[in-house]
Amino acid sequence: MVAHTEFPAQVSHHKIINNTQFVECNNEKIAGNNAGNDQGNTHQQHGIRATKQNGAASSGFDNVSGSKRSNYHKEEECSLFVAFFTFLSYGVLLFVGYIKEFFSPVTTKEKNREDIEECPPFTTFTIYLSYGVLFFVGYTKEFFYPPSTKEKNREGYVPLYIGFESFYTRNVYRRIQDCWNRTICSVPGAEIDLMERYTPDYGWTMKLTGKTIKCINAGSYNYLGFAENNGPCHDAATQVTKDAGLTTSSPRIELGTLEIHRRLEKLVSEFLGVEDAITFGMGFATNVLNLPSLLGPGCLVLSDEFNHASLILGLRLSGATVKVFRHNDSEDLERKLREALIHGHPRTRRPWKKAMIVVEGIYSMEGSICDLPNFVRIKNKYKTYLYVDEAHSIGALGPHGGGVVDYYGVDPKEVDIHMGTFTKSFGAAGGYIAGSKDLINYLRVTSHAQVYASSMPAPVAQQIITSMTIIMGKDGSSEGRRRIQQLSRNVKYFRQRLRQMGFIVYGHDDSPVVPMLLYLIPKISMFVRELTKRGVAGVGVGFPATKITGGRMRFCLSAAHTKDMLDKILKEVDEVGYLCGSHYSTAVRNSQPVEW
Amino acid sequence: KPGRYLDLGSGDKLLNLGSHSYLNLGERPEVEEAALECLHKYGVGSCGPRGFYGTTEVHLKLEERLANFFNCEKAVLYSYGFSTSASAIPAYSKSGDIIYADEMVNFALQRGLQASRSRVVYFRHNDVEHLEELLEEQARLDKKDPKKANATRKFMVIESIYMNTGKMCPLPELVKLRQKYKLRLYIEESVSFGTLGPNCRGITDHYNIPMKEVDMIMATLETSAASSGGFCVGTKFVIEHQRLSGLGYCFSASLPPMLAAASIKVLDILEAEGSDMVMELQNKCRQMQEKLANIHDKVTVTGEDISPVKHLKLAESTGNREADEGILQKIVEKAESYSVALTLASYLWDREANPPPPSIRITVNKDLTTEEIKKACDSIQKAVVDVMG
Repeated sequence: MVAHTEFPAQVSHHKIINNTQFVECNNEKIAGNNAGNDQGNTHQQHGIRATKQNGAASSGFDNVSGSKRSNYHKEEECSLFVAFFTFLSYGVLLFVGYIKEFFSPVTTKEKNREDIEECPPFTTFTIYLSYGVLFFVGYTKEFFYPPSTKEKNREGYVPLYIGFESFYTRNVYRRIQDCWNRTICSVPGAEIDLMERYTPDYGWTMKLTGKTIKCINAGSYNYLGFAENNGPCHDAATQVTKDAGLTTSSPRIELGTLEIHRRLEKLVSEFLGVEDAITFGMGFATNVLNLPSLLGPGCLVLSDEFNHASLILGLRLSGATVKVFRHNDSEDLERKLREALIHGHPRTRRPWKKAMIVVEGIYSMEGSICDLPNFVRIKNKYKTYLYVDEAHSIGALGPHGGGVVDYYGVDPKEVDIHMGTFTKSFGAAGGYIAGSKDLINYLRVTSHAQVYASSMPAPVAQQIITSMTIIMGKDGSSEGRRRIQQLSRNVKYFRQRLRQMGFIVYGHDDSPVVPMLLYLIPKISMFVRELTKRGVAGVGVGFPATKITGGRMRFCLSAAHTKDMLDKILKEVDEVGYLCGSHYSTAVRNSQPVEW
Repeated sequence: KPGRYLDLGSGDKLLNLGSHSYLNLGERPEVEEAALECLHKYGVGSCGPRGFYGTTEVHLKLEERLANFFNCEKAVLYSYGFSTSASAIPAYSKSGDIIYADEMVNFALQRGLQASRSRVVYFRHNDVEHLEELLEEQARLDKKDPKKANATRKFMVIESIYMNTGKMCPLPELVKLRQKYKLRLYIEESVSFGTLGPNCRGITDHYNIPMKEVDMIMATLETSAASSGGFCVGTKFVIEHQRLSGLGYCFSASLPPMLAAASIKVLDILEAEGSDMVMELQNKCRQMQEKLANIHDKVTVTGEDISPVKHLKLAESTGNREADEGILQKIVEKAESYSVALTLASYLWDREANPPPPSIRITVNKDLTTEEIKKACDSIQKAVVDVMG
């Protein structure tokens, strides 16, 4: 008994002897801890409360165990024959189950807004086979001819690149690298001029031929079509370049704040419906440099499975404890959040200083829209912060272009930290964070980007101001409305037609990012090359950006696309799909003609 | 329009001694014209990362020109200066490697060091003996465990001219150490890009060290090259790796083409008139250093003679950092009333690994005339006298 009272509150419940009395004690302790979390009780008080409970329980244990000991009788062992039949019955059931599910896989928990068809087992086999052949060839080749990219002038040094990553790059990526890093020589609008390249040595180097291919652009992030080299945005940017120069060469907190930055921030906060906003010169840096200012060690973060690399890096640099929940699954989030809040910090068992849920508006590889109403409900229930990264969704979703918050009609004040970028829908560069005045005032002083990184160039800021004014309708025209509606119609039409053709398409029906599953790496490269020959520029993504069985083509739709362009893209995609056998969908196809 | 003179809202033109525009190329009409021409062709944003149709001809051309400028094989272009240092280091150095860094490296490099998860060993500022001691110690440990030593990469990260102190690094000695202990040398040249060396090629030019002794040079285009973004140059073997593993390169939109075009024009100008500009700038730096040294006995100036970044700090600290900052801030405000725009060097005190003492950061602009320098120093003197007596 004395030993129990000496146990500190930090000891995990599982270490304490498993006993019904202790289960009750644990429940009390959980309630105590929860209350402690809310009130921010000190460790000392926890210790006292726990020892009190331990003491009470242990005295109870003593009484009960005494009585239990006297009534304790030896349990009869299970006979060997019966044990064998028990295991046999389970074994048969599990075996039958595995075989059945191997041939007809059970679809995982599906929400009715998002359909995900599972990868058929034969396709999984062919994926692994294709990688297997590539790796086998690679290993054999490198056995006889060790990697030729030897470093010069550095004999005796530890090699710079060791391991699988560079092997993969040399043997898999190199063969198809003409599908990426393609050069364009026109404005990235609805149509682009691709510069043709060829490789004289099987992919080690690429050279330009000098010719250009005109393609429909289904790869650039140009959701509202503001990537233009004429029109009001362009004229305003020209004027500002002449008035305010290109760069201030100084961080915002020193001599880098221009009048245009203040105007931009006011406009952004008006657009989003929040109190204040702060802008930065780069979208990636917005996440990486501000998450460490907002979070620190001792904070809890629940982050979605498919969050962007910038969020992951920012969370890592902040030092907070990160727990990952299944993509868009609010039940999994709630379960993990409860567990983490109850148990406190894994090492010290103290209550968390801060808890935050980090999600994105539209996920760029999945095309799915985040389940915001449920996340807001959970956030309010457990009193955590909510950080929504609207890099792709701002401007592209919602009746007013206000992003995922506008799309669901959620009150902007329910989301604590709105973050987004200006690269996609506004045709510029940079990022913003918006929220309450207190938050923004804090960030103005402590954000790494404000103190050390140069401010946003003036022409870029002007481009954002002009495009945002058009979207909001403040310029008096209905151009903004028209673009938003055009994008929405394009998206619905394109997705329905693709599904109708028999392709597996991920993501929600309203998201302008359309991933189309191809599964195999060789199909990705073939698709990209064949589409380019036919005048459509798309983007293919495979491992390691997606999981190994998730190779896909990704189309980014734009308000600048007309119905004819979409029809052409669909026709070519269908043709190439038949060429390489990518009509994977086994769902029932709706045969009614789709209207735009 | 920010340039040699600034308008901080009061309507008067103040002499700009705070922005990092050392060669004042932002005021050149050719640079502006090149940017506008590119704007007419490409629009403002590039709407995509480098891997997905965000690469334009302009980016490729700029990378080629940068590589030629530094006499290297390849260059990689980033869209933000801070991200350059913070993404380049973690691309090579992983957990289990050792990085030797000077204790006064700037914050972006510190972030890169932290993101790399390697063991970081700081050596005293510009102290080659201390670094040698640390390397000797590590060499002794390596002898005991050669297997581990063969799997541990070692890097050295320094800046050519430190933004936090204005001093220059002793590159020849560091190169000798690099050769002896088999380190990989990464130099950050934000301040010295276009401002050091008889051919304005930076610190390797200044000390006449061949480029093969240095593994990689990183710099931002936000200082001398009146534009935005950053770059890394080096051999093809080293640089091409960043195209797949530099986070700020792969997962971020590319630099707006008009800013890249402005940088190409800047490189044209540097190649044509670079040597003269460097001479002129170094002259002005020396003048500024001389005058600032004689302002007042209660403030001292640190930094190399020829460095365009100088720090003015209190000769005797009050002991409390905030009180020091308060005094310096008053000097800055007084100087504003005497038509000089200064800035307090801003740091995040609780995040810096080795915070330098509070100071006023003074930058020298090549186009400052001798009278302007004299007038500026007189104004600063008056401000210091007003505040400190």
